Amino acid sequence: MVVELAGAGGAREYARPADWPGVALVDTDVHITPRSIDALAAHLPARWRDYVRESGVRSLESDLYPPRSPLSAIPGTRPDTGPPGSDLDLLRAQLLDPWRTRVALTHCVYGVDGIHNPDWATAMARAVNDWQRAEWLAAEPRLRGSVVVAAQDPARAAEEIDRVGPLPEFVQVLMPVRARVPLGSRTYWPIYEAAQRHGLALAVYAGGSAGNPVTPVGAPSYYLEEYVGLTHAFQAQVVSLVCEGVPVRFPGLPIVLVESGFTWLPALMWRLDKNWKGLRREVPWVDRLPSEVIRESVRLTAQPIDAPDDPALLRAVLDRLGSDRMLMFATDYPHHQFDDPAQAAPAGLPAESMARFLGGNASDTYRLEG
Amino acid sequence: MAAHVVATTDEIAPGERKIVEVDGRSIGVFNVAGRYYALRNTCPHAGARLCEGTLSGLVTSRAPGEYSYERDGEILRCPWHGWEFDVTTGRSWFDPAGTRVRAYETSVEAGTGHVPGPYVAERYDVEVRRRYVVVHV
Repeated sequence: MVVELAGAGGAREYARPADWPGVALVDTDVHITPRSIDALAAHLPARWRDYVRESGVRSLESDLYPPRSPLSAIPGTRPDTGPPGSDLDLLRAQLLDPWRTRVALTHCVYGVDGIHNPDWATAMARAVNDWQRAEWLAAEPRLRGSVVVAAQDPARAAEEIDRVGPLPEFVQVLMPVRARVPLGSRTYWPIYEAAQRHGLALAVYAGGSAGNPVTPVGAPSYYLEEYVGLTHAFQAQVVSLVCEGVPVRFPGLPIVLVESGFTWLPALMWRLDKNWKGLRREVPWVDRLPSEVIRESVRLTAQPIDAPDDPALLRAVLDRLGSDRMLMFATDYPHHQFDDPAQAAPAGLPAESMARFLGGNASDTYRLEG
Repeated sequence: MAAHVVATTDEIAPGERKIVEVDGRSIGVFNVAGRYYALRNTCPHAGARLCEGTLSGLVTSRAPGEYSYERDGEILRCPWHGWEFDVTTGRSWFDPAGTRVRAYETSVEAGTGHVPGPYVAERYDVEVRRRYVVVHV
């Protein structure tokens, strides 16, 4: 059942590298998705179940990872029926067992945020949460879930967090990087307040289908631009969250960037710090260097690593991050982010930093026990 | 430390400033509510004429959306990049220990007992009852 990666150096098992330390591995980015929209029907109120059926809605699957794009799925991860990431047994056999994963954070990036009817969106978010709980989280103790909310209606999104947030199997709330308005906006604060109330993290994921283009200058033409452009959206959200004062107002709320990359972050911190010195009067609640706020509040899942060919250059970027507590190990299963499992960790991390990277940082962020 | 008479007290009203030259240095002399402060007129960042910047208050906040505005007239903003300096100490707001401009001691003294400065020759005789702002460099 173990899948093989066919890289330049020959086939390699998709499994935890033998020379990694024996720390409890926390995989902070694993995708799950319904086999089809029918899987959610049982969790929808009759009015919305029939609405979906009568309207002929086939799928709310995100198109960020087009089904036939090589990035979208490691060969062999597609179950007989349904898309990659829709089969728990396969997830166990291909990911949790061979990587000896202690905890895997699951994300269901279903297109709830793209629904313009806020009542339907709220019902769908609720259904996705009940579905993941019933079919994944309750069935597999190594999984921890992400609360899907319809941020179209922040007050009811907060109610949904109050409903499922107390359950130990949920550890974060998902918001799309391509949001309707910048994520620092006070519009969303009821969501953050609810997340903090239940000790959840705020996870900003690569995706979102509410209609805003991925770049700040309009919609690009090609998938390459779209995929690379996600980093622009992430940068805009980091600036928004910091400047609007979300880390000040919600000091116990970790902000996790999922699939954001991280090589851009040092340069963004330089720019923010530099200009904050002269412009901080406008945002006086940002009362210390923005880079300090970011190092304290922001965490990043490590895949994709935008690594240059020379490993020394990546190490230099890691040094410039200025903290070994920010990056968290991730496979991004079933997405195809590396050809050699060794590439799932930056090369040459000191032992202590490697242990933090593989599990410690995630355990702190998500308050995982043991 | 040499004392230099740089102005008469009534020459710099509260909230006003005067840029003077002392031993080849440009220095800004500020009257903040009746007290006089003197700062080197060079921003430690990029060398702008700092003392020509906007005098304003200190904006702080306890929470996003809440503003506290105090010490009106005590915060000097560099005209180039907006870095804020405390007129009374020369220390920057964002890095008070590491980023600061030289502050000079000042005093207000009667018009006797000093080496006459450039103004003295013109005014000493006719304004002998005035008091003088003195910068100690």
